This record gives sequence, C-alpha cells and structure tokens, in this order.
Amino acid sequence: MDLLNALIAFLNYVFVPGVAYGSQLALGALGVTLVYGILRFSNFAHGDTMAMGAMSAVLLTWLFQSWGISLGPLPTALLALPFAIGLTILLLLGTDRVVYRFYREKKAKPVILVIVSLGVTFIYNGVTRFIIGADDQNFLDGERFIISAREFKTATGLEEGLSFKTTQGITIITAIIVVAVLFWFLNRTRAGKSMRAYSDNEDLALLSGINPERVVMITWMIVAGLATIAGVLYGLDKSFKPFTYFQLLLPIFASAIVGGLGNPLGAIAGGFVIAFSEVTITYAWKKILVYMMPESLEPSGLVQLLSTDYKFAVSFVILLIVLLFKPTGLFKGQSV
Amino acid sequence: MNATLKNTVLFGIIALLIIYVGLAQSWNSALLIIAMGLISSIMALGVNLQWGFAGLFNVGIMGFVALGGLAAVLVGMPPTEGAFAAGGFGVVGALVLGALTIFATILVMRRMAPGWRRNLVVIAILVAGFFLFRGLLDPSVERIEAINPAETGYLGGLGLPVLLAWPVGGLFAAMAAWIIGKTALGLRSDYLAIATLGIAEIIIAVLKNEDWLTRGVKNVIGVPRPVPYEIDLQNTPAFVERAAGFGFNAVEASTLWVKVLYIGLFAIVLILLMWMSQRALHSPWGRMLRAIRDNEVAAEAMGKDVTARHLQVFILGSAICGIAGAMMTTMDSQLTPGTYQPLRFTFLIWVMVIVGGSGNNFGAVLGGFLIWFLWVQVEPMGFWLMNLITSGMDLNSPLRAHLLESASHMRLLTMGLVLLLVLRFSPRGLIPER
Repeated sequence: MDLLNALIAFLNYVFVPGVAYGSQLALGALGVTLVYGILRFSNFAHGDTMAMGAMSAVLLTWLFQSWGISLGPLPTALLALPFAIGLTILLLLGTDRVVYRFYREKKAKPVILVIVSLGVTFIYNGVTRFIIGADDQNFLDGERFIISAREFKTATGLEEGLSFKTTQGITIITAIIVVAVLFWFLNRTRAGKSMRAYSDNEDLALLSGINPERVVMITWMIVAGLATIAGVLYGLDKSFKPFTYFQLLLPIFASAIVGGLGNPLGAIAGGFVIAFSEVTITYAWKKILVYMMPESLEPSGLVQLLSTDYKFAVSFVILLIVLLFKPTGLFKGQSV
Repeated sequence: MNATLKNTVLFGIIALLIIYVGLAQSWNSALLIIAMGLISSIMALGVNLQWGFAGLFNVGIMGFVALGGLAAVLVGMPPTEGAFAAGGFGVVGALVLGALTIFATILVMRRMAPGWRRNLVVIAILVAGFFLFRGLLDPSVERIEAINPAETGYLGGLGLPVLLAWPVGGLFAAMAAWIIGKTALGLRSDYLAIATLGIAEIIIAVLKNEDWLTRGVKNVIGVPRPVPYEIDLQNTPAFVERAAGFGFNAVEASTLWVKVLYIGLFAIVLILLMWMSQRALHSPWGRMLRAIRDNEVAAEAMGKDVTARHLQVFILGSAICGIAGAMMTTMDSQLTPGTYQPLRFTFLIWVMVIVGGSGNNFGAVLGGFLIWFLWVQVEPMGFWLMNLITSGMDLNSPLRAHLLESASHMRLLTMGLVLLLVLRFSPRGLIPER
C-alpha cells in the first residue's frame, strides 16, 4: 500500500490533464452557448471557428519567431493571441454580415440557421486546409514543463513523478481569467446586461430600447475571442490539426447541453463533467490500483474501462443520459 | 416553360455533362460517375424523406452508410475458419449480455419507484453488467484476432450472396436510427442533429477499433461481387468475341461491362425506392407528414401522433441510407473504415438534397447526380484554375507550389459555397416541392 504514490499518479495522469482539457472544453462550450442564447441556433461552425482562430495564431507565431521575437519561457503563441482574436472577430463579423444577418431579418427557423452554419463549416474548413494544409502543425516553443517528472522525483524521493506542462498551466490560468472577465462583463456592464436581457426575452428587450444588431455584434466578438483562445490552448496542449477541431464539436456540444444550452455557468460545469468522464473512463487504472491494493489483489489487466479511441462515446452517452432524464441540462437552460 | 419540361431539361443537362466526360476523359469515369450518382441519389432520397417530408435534421448519414457497409462484410464475406469456434460464442454471448443489462436497467427504471434505492439498483446492474460483458468479450476477442492476423483475424461473414446485404444494411441502419430516434425525437430539433452527429462518430470508431468485427483500419478487402470479375470475362471467348464485334478490346470492354451491370442493379433499387417514395409522398401518410412539418402544433391538435410519425420517417430514411451504404461497399468490394469522413458522407448528401430541392424526390435524384458530378470534377477544375493563376509565377516560387498543392482542398470550399448560395437565393432548390 502506498497511498502517496497513488495520489501522485492520480494527479499526474487523471486530474491535471482532466482540468486542462475541461478548461478547453468549457471555453468552447461557452462560445456555443452564447450563440445559442443570443442568436438562438446551434452553431456547427464553432469547431472550425476555433480552427480558423488557432490557425491565425499559428501563422502569426511563425511570423514572430522569424522576427526573433519570443516570450522567453512562455510560448510565443500567447503574444500572437490578441492579434489572432482580432482577425477572428473580423472573420465572424464578416460572416454574420454576409451570411447570417439575412436569415435573422427573415426570422428563419432555427434549423435553417443550423444548416447555414454547416455551409459555413464547409467553407471555414476548406479555407483552413487551403492555407495551412491538413497536417499536424507544431507551434509550441518556450519552456516545456513547469514541474518535470524527473525533478519532482528527485525533489520528493517518491517513485511516481508529477509533471505539470507549461501548456496545462497556461490553459488553466487563462481559462480562469477569461471566465472571470466574461462573467464580470455579463453581470456588471451595460452591454452585458443588455445581452442577458435579449437572451431572456427578445421582445421585452426590444421594447426597452436595446439595439439587437449591437447585441449580436458584441456576441460575435466575444464568441470570436472565446473560440480563438480555446482553439489556441487546445492546439498548444495537444497539437494543431484542422480535422481534430471538427471532432471537438461533439464534446463541446455535449458540454453545453449537459450544462444547459444558453447558460454560461452550465457550459463551464458541463465542460468539466465531460472532460473528467472522458479521462477517468479511458484511463488505464492499473498503475494507481497497484499502489493502493495489497500485492495479492493486484489487478492483472489494465483496468481500462474503454479504450481511448472511444472517448467520443463517453461524451455521447453522457449526452444521451442527460437528454433522457433532464433535457434542459443540469443548470436550467433554454428550450425553444 | 412548364415544370415537366424544365425537369426534363435539367436531367438532360446532367446527361450531357456525363457524356462530355465520356468523350473528353474516358467512358470508364463517365460510367463510374453514373454508378456513384445512383448511390448518391439513393442516399439523397433517404435524407429527403427525413428533411423534405418531415423536417428532421439528420447529420449522422455517415454512420448509417457505414453500417450498410458493415452489413456487406457480415453477409458477403466467407466465415473465417475456426474463428467462430475460438471466440464466436464468447462474443455473441457478451453482446447478448450487454443487451440484457440495458434491458434490465430499463425494466428497473420503469418498475421501481423513483428514489435512491432505484438509483442504487440501476448503478449496480450497469456496473456488474459492464464488467461481465468485458470479462466475456475480451478473451474471445483476443482469440479471434490471433487467427492469422495478417489476412483475417476477424470473425468473417456468413458467406451468403452479397445482394442479401443490401436489405440487411437497411435493417442495421434502421436499428441504430431507432435508438437515436427514441431518445432525441420529441425534444428540440437541434438535439436530434447533435445526437446523430454523435452516433455517426461512434459507429465509425467501432468499425475502426473492433478488429474482430471489421479488421479495423486493416480493412476488409475482396468482398464478393454480385457481378462477374473482369478477369473472368476476359477469359471467356464468347465475351471477347462480342466485344470485338463492337470494336472494343477485351480489357476495356470487361471494365465497362462490369460497371454497366452495377448501374443496372443500382438503377433497379433506385427506381423501386423512387416509386415507393412517390407513393408515400402522395398518400395520406405523406400529407400528414407535411402537415406536421409545416405546423406541428396544429397537427397535434388534430390528433396526429407527431413523435411516432417522426420516429417512423426517421427510421425509414436512415434505412435507405444504410441500403445505399451496403451498395457502395459492394461496388468498392472493400470496407475501409478510415475513409468515412463526415464532410464526404454527411454534408455532401445534404448539399445534394438542398440543391436538388428538398421535399421533391426528383429533386433529390437530380441533386445526387449533379453534386456528385461536381464533387468528382471540381478537383481537376481546381488544378486547371490553379495552373491558370500560377502560370505567370516563377516556377520555383513557394507560393506557386503551395497553391498547386492546395487545389485538392477546393472541393470543400466549393460545396460550402454552393450550399450557401442555393440556400440564400433559391432556397427551394432546382426542382421545388409541389
């Protein structure tokens, strides 16, 4: 029995990756949920918006690197992030102007807007592949670890190492800052309050003189920021590959629905629920159990509930359970 | 110009385009476009049933198509020698056990009063069932995959005529659709979209990773064909003679003839399904579906069971996609789970339905042919365009290389543009609903 080593192994393989992945999902789900709350459709293009945002950051990072600019121990991508957000804002506002506004003015059914967003997905995906190709791109530089496994082992004398990647640290810190700013904006500022009012009751908001086009514009700007940040963080932590962002759509939607579509707090909770379920169900628990059990009871297999290839299945099953028993999500979301 | 004339002209244009390909490129590619166009049209018919008739938004077409492909393997391939004895019973037993677990859970949920006691029992059943399932499945799977892994390493199929796989594929897809429909229909429309998106990804993940079932990414090749093999035709003196009579050499004639046979088979299926869809559209059932689509509340007030009708039409449409998937795998005579991509198998079909005209079966068929034609021909056009753009550039410039290399990604962009333009400027499609 060696509970301390078991705890370290748990932190290293389950907790820290889970928190980082959960933060990325939460940021993605916030974007989906905001579009749903204000514009009232499920935005299938969100995954590819993240890809576009991340791609701008990758290209800018390469540009900065070629100029010899770096942030020292931090990834240069952080410096590129604000500019990338700017580009994504332009992209989304342009898309809204050219594509979505027409249907908004016509008061088209939400499902039409969903199909339209599919078309936008196609185009974004095509543009991303056209510019940067379909392959993996690495744009991470700077210090790789905050705590590396070897240092940890020599410092504590434990058998298990705890590694904490810089990207994980950055992900968690950025997510906390972004969420704090977002909630401050939604609850304290005039623009944020008008957004919430518009989301709650469109007609009442219009009657009290809120300009809907302005609300929509602000929403797209925030969504662009969230999508770019989530995309860049995910790209730094794993790697940038256009197709993976499309596949992220499922866990992101699952997070948003589990939390309750249209509810920002729910999106964050949903992100962590999905992330931790995925990690705990696809992790091979043998290592931890070996430390926790007496030798005679050691498991023979890997004690992995599902292979990692089925991580989509995990988000999907959770989604189904929530849809069956609590269709409005854990936190009360909207329904149309 | 009346509608019939306009439709004839539209289909005539498609025919001309294909004949042009035959003359300018090769008759082989022209026939291939027709064959795939027929399959695409069948998929589009299925989606049109769901979207055009009933307004259901299904983004999991890829999954249903892949299930059809699985059916072709399970029905058509010969059984692997010794595999069933090694682990077949274990696998089947495990699957039955899994189904029983879920059934028991549902029973408990229905029968017991809500409360912590019920939750505890449900969790206990699920956990015990899962571990029993894995305990039975894993060793059997290992034994099956150990049998000659380079060539088989999977259960194999039943060795039945592959044509039988077509209806079976429809059945598989229908069962998957039932599960999805039961949970997601009756809720908000977007939920169905997300649930179907999810089931498609999971079906592909299963096909890619369950080697005992489909050999995973090692692919199943050599699925038996319902038509003769080219090499056999070339060795048949009578065929060679007849080909020579038409002025063809034996090799070319055999590839063409095989495709013609496939086209014949596919056309029979398409005509059959088309006839059924047309009858359905003009039956009281079809009118009821359209009434539900146009005003759900009013239809419900008239005593129509909206959720049940939705479930019905969702299953039917998905089954059609499954049939098309089995047909496609039969023609390719291989199942390659790695090639199933949502952009190709889900969204392309959507573009076909929207462009052709949702709610109109002839529109779906037209869209199937037209968009498939574009999908095949956009790539060469893209290269041609890129060559034109880059012709003035320095031969060694990296931009030129990049542009030429990226031409293959033009497809997605074009399809997205086509979809958006049609939705914006002609939302009823080329052949509008009547």
